[in-house]
Amino acid sequence: MSLVFAGVCSHAPGITGRAHLAEPAVKDAFHAQFHRFGEAMRATRPDAVIVIAAEHFANFFMNNMPAYAIGMADSYEGPIEDPKWLGIEKHAIPGDAALSQRLIREVMQTVDVAYAEEWKFDHGIMVPLNFLTPKYDLPVIPVNINCQGPPLTPLHRAWAFGEALRRACDAAPERIALVGTGGISHWPATPDSGKVNEAWDAAFMQHWCANDRTGMLGHTDEATYREAGQGGFEIRTFIAVAAAARGRGEIFHMKAIPIFAVSCTAATMSVE
Amino acid sequence: MSLYAMQKFLFALNRDVEVQRRYSEGGETRAALLAAYDLNDEEREAIAMGDIGKLYVLGCNGQLLMHFAPLLGIAWADYLEAMREGVRKYGPVRAGIYAMTTGTNEKVAGV
Repeated sequence: MSLVFAGVCSHAPGITGRAHLAEPAVKDAFHAQFHRFGEAMRATRPDAVIVIAAEHFANFFMNNMPAYAIGMADSYEGPIEDPKWLGIEKHAIPGDAALSQRLIREVMQTVDVAYAEEWKFDHGIMVPLNFLTPKYDLPVIPVNINCQGPPLTPLHRAWAFGEALRRACDAAPERIALVGTGGISHWPATPDSGKVNEAWDAAFMQHWCANDRTGMLGHTDEATYREAGQGGFEIRTFIAVAAAARGRGEIFHMKAIPIFAVSCTAATMSVE
Repeated sequence: MSLYAMQKFLFALNRDVEVQRRYSEGGETRAALLAAYDLNDEEREAIAMGDIGKLYVLGCNGQLLMHFAPLLGIAWADYLEAMREGVRKYGPVRAGIYAMTTGTNEKVAGV
């Protein structure tokens, strides 16, 4: 088979952990669209979901930081954070080591990727799963693109990684969903938390929805840091999804909720 | 400055319940734990005292530091304020990619 679903979404920990601090109507509107996003994914009857997240030093540190890593286990655990802080209880999450290994072997034909037989999910994966697979009953293939510890992989390599993932999915008989998480502009874990650049977000998502490779790859890290914050580095996950899906995007939700520290986003992309 | 060592400690603290236990126990246990990291006096004291503001200014990555606050029982709003207070007391962030771009009296998210 191949990809049956592609999409991107926010993963900020406040989405679940600080839900009680948001304006209820605003929170409910976003959560409803995030759940709709999950329902859209589940309606495609995937056998597994690849979650490309930009993790936050839960598993990988500056002593040995891979630019790209893919999980290769039959079971994972998460969240690594305090469940009360994140608003998500600890769970065992199924994986599929055999599928991971096949995907990794194919990706390696063009992109060097690390593999990991242990992986503790942080909010980068757990917050999306809260809406994508609330019963934690679908195998997850975790993927990380280092967006935290510079030097970071160039954007054109994130695109190439997405192309490699698509090629690997095309070679698999399983029905596979692909979700990129993170972004867009934000300044998380600083006193600026809540700040976003709505114009920058709109411009980036316009390029994403149009699958405009040149537009998406035209950002330098220096400009992204200045205009979209260090959280903006996570556009790498969105770029990889666009490269894999090759389609056009549809935004379910994209509105800043400051107490969640991000423009809360959920968007699907057709698979072409 | 051994920013790397500070961050390595926070990485271990966030992941390992035994490290959390040894830190929480305090006293000689905490001191022995921190002695394993190549920290200077300012850094060791900031970690030992749970000085979020100082650690922020010293350049600890926000995603690592963010989890130290709840471990210390510091609520979200107080954590943000502790970083602002750090900048007021010690000056701008000295390293890393988590510099502050707003004023110390701004509260973007209302907290």
